[in-house]
Amino acid sequence: MLALRSIAAPMQRQCWRAAPRAAVSLSLQSRRLYSSQDAVAKFNGQKDAQGRYTVSLIEGDGIGPEIAVAVKDIFAAAKTPITWEPINVDPIIKDGKTAIPDAAIESIRKNKIALKGPLATPIGKGHVSLNLTLRRTFNLFANLRPCRSVAGYKTPYDNVDTVLIRENTEGEYSGIEHVVVDGVVQSIKLITREASERVLRFAFQHARAIGRKKVRVVHKATIMKMSDGLFLTVGNQVAKEFPDIEFDAELLDNTCLKMTTDPTPYNDKVLVMPNLYGDILSDMCAGLIGGLGLTPSGNIGDECSIFEAVHGSAPDIAGKGLANPTALLLSSVMMLRHMGLNEYADRIEKAAFDTLAEGKALTGDLGGKAKTSEFAAAIIEKL
Amino acid sequence: MLSRNSTRAAQRLLRATAQPQNRLNVARGFASVSDSQTVQSDIFKPTKYGGKYTVTLIPGDGIGAEVAESVKTVFKADNVPITWEQIEVSGLDTATPTGRTEEKFQEAVASLRRNKLGLKGILHTPISRSGHQSFNVAMRQELDIYASISLVKNIPGLKTRHENVDLCIIRENTEGEYSGLEHQSVPGVVESLKIITRAKSERIAKFAFSFALANNRKKVTCIHKANIMKLADGLFRGTFSRLAKDYPQLECNDMIVDNASMQCVSKPQQFDVMVMPNLYGGILSNIAAALVGGPGVVPGCNMGRDVAVFEPGCRHVGLDIKGKDQANPTAMLLSGTMLLRHLGLDDHANRISNAVYDVIAQGKVRTRDMGGNATNQEFTRAILNSMEKAL
Repeated sequence: MLALRSIAAPMQRQCWRAAPRAAVSLSLQSRRLYSSQDAVAKFNGQKDAQGRYTVSLIEGDGIGPEIAVAVKDIFAAAKTPITWEPINVDPIIKDGKTAIPDAAIESIRKNKIALKGPLATPIGKGHVSLNLTLRRTFNLFANLRPCRSVAGYKTPYDNVDTVLIRENTEGEYSGIEHVVVDGVVQSIKLITREASERVLRFAFQHARAIGRKKVRVVHKATIMKMSDGLFLTVGNQVAKEFPDIEFDAELLDNTCLKMTTDPTPYNDKVLVMPNLYGDILSDMCAGLIGGLGLTPSGNIGDECSIFEAVHGSAPDIAGKGLANPTALLLSSVMMLRHMGLNEYADRIEKAAFDTLAEGKALTGDLGGKAKTSEFAAAIIEKL
Repeated sequence: MLSRNSTRAAQRLLRATAQPQNRLNVARGFASVSDSQTVQSDIFKPTKYGGKYTVTLIPGDGIGAEVAESVKTVFKADNVPITWEQIEVSGLDTATPTGRTEEKFQEAVASLRRNKLGLKGILHTPISRSGHQSFNVAMRQELDIYASISLVKNIPGLKTRHENVDLCIIRENTEGEYSGLEHQSVPGVVESLKIITRAKSERIAKFAFSFALANNRKKVTCIHKANIMKLADGLFRGTFSRLAKDYPQLECNDMIVDNASMQCVSKPQQFDVMVMPNLYGGILSNIAAALVGGPGVVPGCNMGRDVAVFEPGCRHVGLDIKGKDQANPTAMLLSGTMLLRHLGLDDHANRISNAVYDVIAQGKVRTRDMGGNATNQEFTRAILNSMEKAL
């Protein structure tokens, strides 16, 4: 134990002394990732000879294949110019680390876009979750989580329409942890100017893209003055490049309180925040409208983007045709918007929401009796 | 220097783990209480002078002064045997007349040490990087009041979106994300340390179990994010599960914090006692408070080995409605009644809390956050009237 301590001590000293290094500061601060004209995470996919885009499709485990069929059917009925390229992401161990097969990586690299069903994270030591692996492989730095009330499904909250953007690569989920002495653990929350700037700029651009006029940073800079303080400072700087968008900040505690009291004031805002807060709040918003089965999610990166259903793979009902494909369908709609195919997106989204509002062909989780295929058929009819 | 300090701190923690017997005794004493009186052993009992307890009162910033006044009025009307030792600490730099001062803060800490009991509003914390550390956090760390309890329960007659909510959030108060250890490795790269120790995890888990037993609660849920923070939250969760085996009469489970937040807004009825590290406590107590009517109606306290400080369970300063006489004193009054029960003054506590509940249930006089338009003073007057009628 003594040895451990003596290793820890000089390390700590180094950390604390590292602060006043002015030379490094200049070189880092003058470095900018993006010029303000370039859009962050723009879709660069190419059409093929028939004018169709190819999208990598990860069907996922459990109910994944069933809901993927529903989405494919609906897309075919809407005549969307998309060719699916199914890929397999069963994990392999490469150099002792969890990795996804090269063929899958290549496919996503080539198509620059993917749709993903639920994946079951293998339980056991040493396995990093596949979601995390995908996120790291493609550097998907922003997680986009809109939540909109579904007319056919009654919850204590009406008219919810929130948009959350979560920093996806660092923060509390940096994965840097160590045992100082037995029974004392340090876990490091890492905030960098680079990653903060990137996600904040994406938030402003997304606000513009969806026609919202306000961006709000959620933080806890009263307690974490330096880390969340940095995120907030960068927010203020990036805001100057977007004079048409109103920028403000709110303490995490207040956001939690106000959103749960009445979420409607957030309907005209885009919320952006570090990793952990985003994780918690986006799931909380999903709770407001009825759970993860109804919320889409997009993982946005510079090179490529992956849209996914964030719910579990529900092995208990897999193969029975009872699953609700709404989350995956709405994710695919979000994907269409990202690709600039807004027209198709609007049509499919309207058909889906109308079908849900009608309430005739709802799946079991929404209190209906319909099968996955019947629900999909009802949407196709609306198209 | 710093490293030596932290080594010493670690050693102290290790030593503390080595003697769990002491703490267990406290826990047992706590558990065997039949009513809700929590002060059992004489060591922990505050001294009475002339038949009265002395209690430190820190009104705090924002609405603090107004609601503290209302507590004083109500307690006086019921002849509660308490003498207040009022100390005006403020986290605002612009506070009059003295401004924010370290001396006042130290005075408050000394007073709490002496009296072992306090009633406190919330102190403001500035965001700016040059600003001081949160006085609220500093006070908890200094006095080692490690367990924060928020009682979240629907108040009869106050209609909210959710019904039958009755949960209790127990939060580790002295480490975790609020350690205050941060540094900038190079400009633009900041690290913030979250500290989880076995000793403190053990202490809070035991506290939660004892609390559940003492208050006839059935289930304790540990909230964590051990799937991502495998070491830190893993230690917290592991400690909880290990200790849970000693309490077979309680149902114990654990839940990941994002799922817990989602469940909280959709099915809050499933929760009973919840125990968690610092930051998650902040998040969930706010979500839970919103389920039953906001920060104005949620009482709470912070318990340590020697000192207990009672403060509203959902910590909001309320600077926006300061001085407008709109504040809801319910949270502070109910925290005050928790203090009375802590001392075993159940008669006083019952009279006061019944009066508060009566006024809210009748619904004629309510403050703005409860959907009425009465002022704080009118609401307090209504409580006094109700107490008079009950006599």
